[in-house]
Amino acid sequence: MAVQTQSPTGPTPTPTDAAPSFATTASGRRRKRTNTIMAVVVTVAFLIALIPLISLLVEVVVRGGKMISWDFLTTDMAGVFGDMTTGGVEHAILGTLQITALATLISAPIGLLAAIYLVEYGTGRLAKTLTFFVDVMTGIPSIVAGLFAVALFALLVGPAYRSGLMAAVALSVLMIPVVVRSCEEMLRLVPNELREAAYALGVPKWLTIIKVVLRTSLAGIVTSIVLAIARVIGETAPLLLTVGIVTTVNTNMLDGRVATLPVFAYSQYAQDSQGVGADRAWGAALVLIVMIMLLNLVARFISRRFSIAEK
Amino acid sequence: MSTDVRPDPVDAVAPEPLSDHTKHPGRFGNRLFSGISLASGILILATLVAVAAFLLREALPAITSSTQDIADFTRGLSLGQYIAPLVFGTVLAAIIALVIAVPLSIAIALFIAHYAPKRLAGPVAYAIDLLAAIPSVVYGLWGFYWLVPLVGPFFDWVSTTFSFIPLLADYAPPAKNITSAAVVLAVMVLPIVTAVSREVFLQTPRLHIEASLALGATRWEVARMAILPFGRSGVISASMLGLGRALGETMAVLMILAPFAKGSSFFSWHILQSAQHQTIAANIAQQIREAHGLSVSVLIASGLALFAITLVVNMIARWIVSRRAAFSGAN
Amino acid sequence: MSKRIDVSDLDIYYGDFLAVKGVNMAIEPRSVTALIGPSGCGKSTFLRTLNRMHEVIPKARVEGKAVMDGVDIYGRDVDPVEVRRQIGMVFQRPNPFPTMSIKENVLAGVKLNNKRLSRSDADALVERSLRGANLWNEVKDRLDKPGSGLSGGQQQRLCIARAIAVSPQVLLMDEPCSALDPISTLAIEDLIAELKADYTIVIVTHNMQQASRVSDRTGFFNLEATGKPGQLVEMDDTTTMFSAPSQKQTEDYISGRFG
Repeated sequence: MAVQTQSPTGPTPTPTDAAPSFATTASGRRRKRTNTIMAVVVTVAFLIALIPLISLLVEVVVRGGKMISWDFLTTDMAGVFGDMTTGGVEHAILGTLQITALATLISAPIGLLAAIYLVEYGTGRLAKTLTFFVDVMTGIPSIVAGLFAVALFALLVGPAYRSGLMAAVALSVLMIPVVVRSCEEMLRLVPNELREAAYALGVPKWLTIIKVVLRTSLAGIVTSIVLAIARVIGETAPLLLTVGIVTTVNTNMLDGRVATLPVFAYSQYAQDSQGVGADRAWGAALVLIVMIMLLNLVARFISRRFSIAEK
Repeated sequence: MSTDVRPDPVDAVAPEPLSDHTKHPGRFGNRLFSGISLASGILILATLVAVAAFLLREALPAITSSTQDIADFTRGLSLGQYIAPLVFGTVLAAIIALVIAVPLSIAIALFIAHYAPKRLAGPVAYAIDLLAAIPSVVYGLWGFYWLVPLVGPFFDWVSTTFSFIPLLADYAPPAKNITSAAVVLAVMVLPIVTAVSREVFLQTPRLHIEASLALGATRWEVARMAILPFGRSGVISASMLGLGRALGETMAVLMILAPFAKGSSFFSWHILQSAQHQTIAANIAQQIREAHGLSVSVLIASGLALFAITLVVNMIARWIVSRRAAFSGAN
Repeated sequence: MSKRIDVSDLDIYYGDFLAVKGVNMAIEPRSVTALIGPSGCGKSTFLRTLNRMHEVIPKARVEGKAVMDGVDIYGRDVDPVEVRRQIGMVFQRPNPFPTMSIKENVLAGVKLNNKRLSRSDADALVERSLRGANLWNEVKDRLDKPGSGLSGGQQQRLCIARAIAVSPQVLLMDEPCSALDPISTLAIEDLIAELKADYTIVIVTHNMQQASRVSDRTGFFNLEATGKPGQLVEMDDTTTMFSAPSQKQTEDYISGRFG
């Protein structure tokens, strides 16, 4: 094995007649020191990674926390201008929820069905190709997804068209591959024995998939979808391109700009990075992070509470 | 026991002849269901093709038009001259980010897979994964309000101390330069590089580890002799995935980096100077609101370039991963 | 009601690999047929061809005939799903559906096929099937508890109840006791002896004592060499097979003098 030859500091491989000694030699001390140094290095690396995490969370909670009030959560930005400190994120919260829901409505069925294809039907080249490109798609930059929606709807409707649907399409391009991969993993966890048990009872394949495979992996699938939602709910760039920002609630997903939390945070920052805009941006960031954490908690709860204990 | 309590096969359900032509249970459902799941798979492939096709379709006017037609928007630059410095900035920012993130990620992955006690490894991995859950706009805010003021004095010190190195020369506050943006990018790609590296490190065969231990190796020697060589290709593909992320990130760059003036064509290596660089993604986000007609087309053309770059990077990364999977599966 | 199956010149393939070659076998109704033989000889593979479970595995296929009640189950117009409804199967490891209660597990064959059943009919079917599987007395008070909470032996009897609830003609058992303790094994063997009054049963077993205890007829499968296809060496009444087999290799295997 390569291990032996690669060891530059190891003892020479000639056995000696001398009585065995377990005392530390000079080279042993050096190796020990290197070992200690490296242990410190990797631990410190982890601690360094904690700095952004902790400082970021502290900043968001402290700066954003100042802003959070019932008013902030339940008013929009209509009639707010200049240095006025009123106004809030109600419209942005609603817009984020609407667009994310619509994106989920598009992505969840397509992603789940494609995962079913890969696990239950797919064999050969097509399945391999699909798996490969789904992986590749997870790396599409979010701004490119936004540009795609812009280009698509410019051709379909017209260059000035902006709507929640556009944003949902852009988010779906980002969300579908995530749903496919995680649902695929969940479906593969269902033991083959259960499929065979159903087939042996004379249950057709499609009913076996729906009533046994999907039923057994339901908790995992819901968890996957919730986590996928958490992944895209904070996307900013595609929304900046497709729905921009408005000051009031827009419930029509087929027409007009829609306010969302990430774009709200950005545009407040961009307008007034030293005054009240900054405060509102932090407030919106806190609301957004709380939403993401809630989604993660929900996902953990579902997978703990409802998953079938595997033997 | 009497037999009459058993389901009586005679009258429970009348047995159906096997060769009944009219009745093929589930055949229709099977066809329909396998059809729609196949269609969903194909739709996904079609979407990827559509992304490329629509970007190309909308970029075409800018590609085919003369420099004069777009000069208004590009301040006299040709399409190539306009996009090239953006590509340069994009790649430079991503590479600086990787230089910071990859060593850190490998160390953290080693910490989780090899050093941390079992009880601690889970929470530690979770904390790193949490970094991936934070929206990019929040990273932008954090970078602008927390990081930039903090690193300013440090950059100042580095720049004066190493002023003989052109790369680091001539820092001027505020620190809204490409290095600050890259630090934030590094934090953003850290979780994915760590997660993938961690997975491959954990796959190191016990046999290799035990063989090293049996030779009297210290913990670090085990890492160096068994774990790191085994995980090399995994770390490479993890870095490529991180590179893909860093290339395409918009908000953190948009909110931190002070870009060069519109219409200038800079290929600057002064990574501590601001107003010297810009990335494709941030440029699109910044310019799209004032753009219309042909200028949208110019921006989409730059987006197409970004799409092509990230696609190639991701395909190489995935190709390495899939080749590796086949390799380790054979063992 | 139970039926005979006549298998003639059956070849079983995995892709291009011929796994079992040239099986001719008559399976008598209302009797227990045991299939024995060393590991990898193809007895389980053969069993799975009898209800077309074999073809669930990608690229697996079969040549030859298996005739039940005058109809070749591999005939052109025969739907494998319909075959499986009439020829039930019990697997090596108990596999109750983990998301279903005991009662739902018994009704699985009916429910999963989207058939409606009145409440009283359903209750009657559950009781009949569980009594049929000798499980009723043990579970009648917890029918709504999950099936996965039962012991291994109880789970296997639940799977038998599930299989007989759809009123099959034939019951195939693929080493049904291999994952069970001796007491549970005894309970299953008793059950097999009772079930044969109504069903045609084919059981694959590694355990020759079990074959001799439960079966009326026994078939011995063997491989000529590793890599060669398995084949049916001989088949006869169980008493004859175990006292005076006609083939030397059968005698060697039964008396334990085997490779």
